[in-house]
Amino acid sequence: MGLFVLRRLWVMILTAICLTFVVFFLTNLYPNLEKLAKQQGNQRMTDAQVESWLSNRGYLQAVPVKYGQWLGVLPGYQITGKDGVLRGRCFSAPEDAKTARRFCGVLQGDWGYSTVFKEDVSVIVGKRLWLTGKLMLWVMIVMVPSALIIGVLAGMREGSKTDRSLSTVSIITTATPEYVSGVIFIAIFASSAVGLKWFKGTATSAMDDATFANFTLPVVTIALYGMGYIARMTRASMTEVMTAQYIRTARLKGVAFHNIVLRHALRNALIAPFTVIMLQFPWLLNGVVIVETLFNYKGFGWTLVQAAGNNDIELLLGVSVVSVIVVLITQLISDIGYVYLNPRIRIS
Amino acid sequence: MMEPLSWLGVTGPVFLPLMVGFLAIFAVSLAGLLTLPALSWTPAGGISAPLVAQRGAAVGRLVQLSFLALIALAVGYGVIALILPVQARGILGNLFARFLPVWIALIVTFGLSIRYKRRLGLYGKLFDSTIGMIGFALVMFWVFTAIFVAMNMVITHDPLSQVSGMKNKVPGTPLPKGSEGFGYYILGGDILARDVFSRMVSGSLEVVKIAPFATVFAFMVGITLGLPAGYYGGRLDTFLSFLSNLILAFPVILLFYLLVTPEIVLTGIPRYMAGVLFLFPILFLVILFYSRFFTQPAKCAIYLTVTVVVGFWLYLGIAWNADPLGLISFPPNLLVVFVSVVFVNSPTVFRIVRGLTLDIKTRDYVAAAQTRGEGPWYIMLWEILPNARGPLIVDFCLRIGYTTILLGTLGFFGLGLEPESPDWGSTINEGRKLLSIYLHPALPPALALLSLVLGLNLLADGLREESLRD
Repeated sequence: MGLFVLRRLWVMILTAICLTFVVFFLTNLYPNLEKLAKQQGNQRMTDAQVESWLSNRGYLQAVPVKYGQWLGVLPGYQITGKDGVLRGRCFSAPEDAKTARRFCGVLQGDWGYSTVFKEDVSVIVGKRLWLTGKLMLWVMIVMVPSALIIGVLAGMREGSKTDRSLSTVSIITTATPEYVSGVIFIAIFASSAVGLKWFKGTATSAMDDATFANFTLPVVTIALYGMGYIARMTRASMTEVMTAQYIRTARLKGVAFHNIVLRHALRNALIAPFTVIMLQFPWLLNGVVIVETLFNYKGFGWTLVQAAGNNDIELLLGVSVVSVIVVLITQLISDIGYVYLNPRIRIS
Repeated sequence: MMEPLSWLGVTGPVFLPLMVGFLAIFAVSLAGLLTLPALSWTPAGGISAPLVAQRGAAVGRLVQLSFLALIALAVGYGVIALILPVQARGILGNLFARFLPVWIALIVTFGLSIRYKRRLGLYGKLFDSTIGMIGFALVMFWVFTAIFVAMNMVITHDPLSQVSGMKNKVPGTPLPKGSEGFGYYILGGDILARDVFSRMVSGSLEVVKIAPFATVFAFMVGITLGLPAGYYGGRLDTFLSFLSNLILAFPVILLFYLLVTPEIVLTGIPRYMAGVLFLFPILFLVILFYSRFFTQPAKCAIYLTVTVVVGFWLYLGIAWNADPLGLISFPPNLLVVFVSVVFVNSPTVFRIVRGLTLDIKTRDYVAAAQTRGEGPWYIMLWEILPNARGPLIVDFCLRIGYTTILLGTLGFFGLGLEPESPDWGSTINEGRKLLSIYLHPALPPALALLSLVLGLNLLADGLREESLRD
C-alpha cells in the first residue's frame, strides 16, 4: 500500500511538472509577451523597444531557464538593462539586490503580481478559491446525495418503470450543459419579464452573504449537469451488484427487499461511484467557470476568465497551477480510496 | 402596418383547450403509473400485487392513449396551419410550416427504415427501441435542418442581416413596410435586429459542419494509438497512457483559453498540431489497406495510391492551407477550434480503445490469427477492431454530443468562432446579457442545443440496449 501511494505520488509530481511547463510555455509565447509589454509600457512601442523592454525584465531568456526561475529551482535573474537599471526577479528596487533571496518562485511562495487586479497573485487566488470553495461545498451537498439516491432507486430493480423514468431523467441532465440549464433557469425563475421571480439571476451578492434566493440557481445549475453522470454510474454499479450471487442467497433466505438494498447491496455498489465523484472534479471546474461567468459570481472560475481575457500572465499561471493541483490531488484520492474501499484489492 | 402574429393563430381557440385537457390526463396518469408500484410496498393494508398489476395496465393504457392523442392534435394543428394564410397560422403554425421539408425528409427516412429494418443490421434494430427512435428523430431533425439551411430553405432571413427597427422585438413582430422576404420575425429579433429563428436554424449547420468530423478525427487518432498500446503493452503503453492522462488532467476550459486565442494562432502552434493530428487518418487508412491486401500487390497499390494522393491533397489543404490546386482551404480560426476539439477528445477515445483491446486480445480468434501467422497490424485492425465496434459506435454518438457541448462552450466564451457567427454558443452568450428583460433571443438556441445533445444521448442509449441484446 505504501509503495503504491509513493508510486502514485511520483507520477503525480511528474504530471504536475509537465502540465505546468505546458501552461508556462503557452502563456510565455512571444505574441503574449509583446502584448504584455505594450500593456505595461505603452501601446505605440516599436518592435525594438518591445524587445529591450522584455529583455530588461528577463522575459527573453530560454524557456526552461525562465520556467526554473518561476518554479524556484533556479536562482532568479539579475539583469542590468540597456537603460543601465539593475532589475531582478527577487527584488523591485536596485538597492535591495544584495539582500534579496536567490530563489523566488512558486515553491518559495512567490506567485508574482497580477497586472489586472494590482494585487499579489497568492492573495487573489486565496480569496477567490475560498469563494469557489463555498459554491462547491453546496454543489456537493446537493449533487452527491441526490445522484446516489436516483442511481440506487433506478438500479435496484433493473428495467422497471422507476428505472426507465429515472434513467431518462439522468440522460436529460447529462445532455444539458451549464450554459443551457443556467439560461433556462434564469428564464423560468428569475426573469423580471415573465418568470416566477423566486430567485435572483445574479449571485454577486452571494459572495458576502449567500442566501437561498441568490445562491440556489448557481448551485443547482452546476449540480444538475454532474448529477446525471454520477447517477448513471451508481445505477450501473447497483444493477451489477443486484445480480450477484450473495444477493440471490439473501433473497432466497427471505430477507426483506429494503434490507437487501440497504444492508447487502449498497456498500458494494458505492465503491465505483466514489471514484466517479472524485474524477468529476475537472468537469466541475468547467462548470464553475461557466456558472461564475453566467451568474457573475466573482470566484476562481471568474478569475480564470479575467486573467485569460486580459493577458494577465502571472495570474493565469497561478490559477492554472492551482487547478492542475486540485485535479491531480482528487485523482490521487480517488485511486487510493478505490484501493482502500475495495476489499478484494486491499487484502490481496 | 401588419398585425403581429399571435402564438397559436386562428385555430388556437379550438386546439388549446383540447391540448391542455389531454396534457392534464397524460400528466396525471403518468404520475399515477410511477407511484403505483410504491403502493405495493406498504405492508399490511396496501393493495395486493395482482390488483396493482391490473390497475397498472389500465393506467399504462391511459398514458399511451393520451400521448397518442397529443401527437395527433399537434400534427392536426400543423397540417391545418399549412393551408391557412401566413397571418392566420400564428407563431407555432408558422414554425411548423417553415420546417415542412424537414418533416417530409423525416417521414421518408422513418418510413423506409421501418419498412426494411430487418435487412439493415444494427441500424434497423434501432427501430425496435422507442428511446432509440426518439433520439434518432431528434438528431435527424437537426441534420436535415442543417442540410436544408445549406440549400437556403428553412431560414426566413439571412442570419447576419439586420433590419432597422427590429431590435429586441418580441416573437411574431411584422417587418416594417418595404422590407423584402418573409413578412415576420417568427421568433423575434435579437439585440442587433437580426432574426432569431434564422440564426437558430443556421446554428445547426455550424454544428453539423464541425462536430461529426472532429469526432471522426478524434476516433482515428485514438484508434491508431490505442490499438498498439493495448496490443503490445509494455513501454509504449506506459508512455502513451501517461501522455493521455496528462491531457485528461488538464481542465478543458483552461486548455481552450490557452489554445484558442488570436496570439496562439499567430505563433502557428495550431497549424503544427493540425499537421500532426491530421496525419493519423492517412496513417490509419494506409495501415488498414496494407495489412489486408499486401499479398495482392495490384489491388494494394491501387488502394494505397488513392489513399495517399487524396489524403495528402486534403492534408495539405486543411492542415497547411497549401493546396496545390487551390480548391481546399480552411479558415485559420476554424482550424484552431477543430484542432483543440480533436485534441481534447482523442485521449478519452484512446483509453476506451486500449481497454477494449486489452480485453479482446485474450480471445480465441485472436490466438487463431496469431497461429495462422497474421501480422500484428492485421490482427489489430481486422480482428480486434471490428469486434470492438459495439461500444465504439455507442461512444461515437455520445462523443458527438459532447463535442457539440464543447463547441457551445467555445462560443459561449467567444473563443475562436467569428463574432457574427450564428452558432448556438455565441447566440446564447449574446442573448443571456438581456435575459432579465427579453427571453426570446437566448432561449431558442439553448433549447436547440439541448434537443440535439439529448437526441444523441438517447440514440446512444438505444444503440447500447439493442447491441447488448444479441
